[in-house]
Amino acid sequence: MISNDEIYEKYIRKGTMPTILCAGCGNGIVLNTTLRAIDELKKDIDKMVFVSGIGCSSRLSSYIKADGLHTTHGRPIAFATGIKAANPDLDIVVFTGDGDCAGIGGNHLIHGIRRNIDITVIVLNNYNYGMTGGQASPTTPLESLTTTTPYDSFEHPFDLSMLAMAAGAPFVARWTISHPVQLVKSIKKGLQVKGFSFIEVLTPCPTSYWRRNRIRDYEGIYRWYKENTVNVKRAESEPDKICIGELQNIQKKEWTEQWKELVERVSK
Amino acid sequence: MITIKENYCKGCGYCIIACPTKALKRSNKINSRGIEIPIVEEEKCNKCHICELSCPDFAINVEEE
Repeated sequence: MISNDEIYEKYIRKGTMPTILCAGCGNGIVLNTTLRAIDELKKDIDKMVFVSGIGCSSRLSSYIKADGLHTTHGRPIAFATGIKAANPDLDIVVFTGDGDCAGIGGNHLIHGIRRNIDITVIVLNNYNYGMTGGQASPTTPLESLTTTTPYDSFEHPFDLSMLAMAAGAPFVARWTISHPVQLVKSIKKGLQVKGFSFIEVLTPCPTSYWRRNRIRDYEGIYRWYKENTVNVKRAESEPDKICIGELQNIQKKEWTEQWKELVERVSK
Repeated sequence: MITIKENYCKGCGYCIIACPTKALKRSNKINSRGIEIPIVEEEKCNKCHICELSCPDFAINVEEE
């Protein structure tokens, strides 16, 4: 297995390190696992584009020594669709947060899935808008405390993976930062799938979310993600827990392929 | 061999919790930012690399001899 120093030498912009992320933030683990998946697939990093929106999660594209776009709030999937349509040879990875993807960019997400364009979307779900001070986001669980829900949150949250499954994404997986080995495998699969692959990662936000929700030590946070999740294979026995694993893997025609077919058919 | 980049560690301790053989431990060793960095017991390590994967800051490096 490749070591962290090799990953660091090969893929990281050295001037940007150490990261600005808080202690205990899981976003660095997602950066690490994504780079490992790319390395294991032996992909050419110069033929990849990393697109991100606004938020803590969206800092990740600027740490990678490759082409990247740090776009407007909620629009990374729209920008990624444009890049893929202009040059189908590129591999696109989108880093987006829960507020970015489900809140401001909710429409872009469902229409990206509907078009089934070949991009890999990695959603870092930390249950709140961490960068702006911990406001409630569309994925904030019921009865949890945030800056804008000081008594408790009574709005029903989005289950992003279920949303992606219902919209018809060919590959949907959900893991947490406590399952890094499985996450590498899923990102590898997501990069190989021809079509829209949606990978949700539950990452902790100790500074804004967990501080207000009674878990104030890193060990407790790490264990919460282990104890409150259940693999999809055993989900029926424990229905109260968050279902993780590879949730959907279906075949579907991809947008750029259909576009090529259309061009060939019309230009005859 | 396990090495820890002291100036990169933010002291979250995810490596300590993730390690299945308890080769990493909390210590009183403090880096330049005032953060307690973990210490390594080399003989317990079974080179599973899970600490590397669990480190959000690329601070741990495991090399197989």
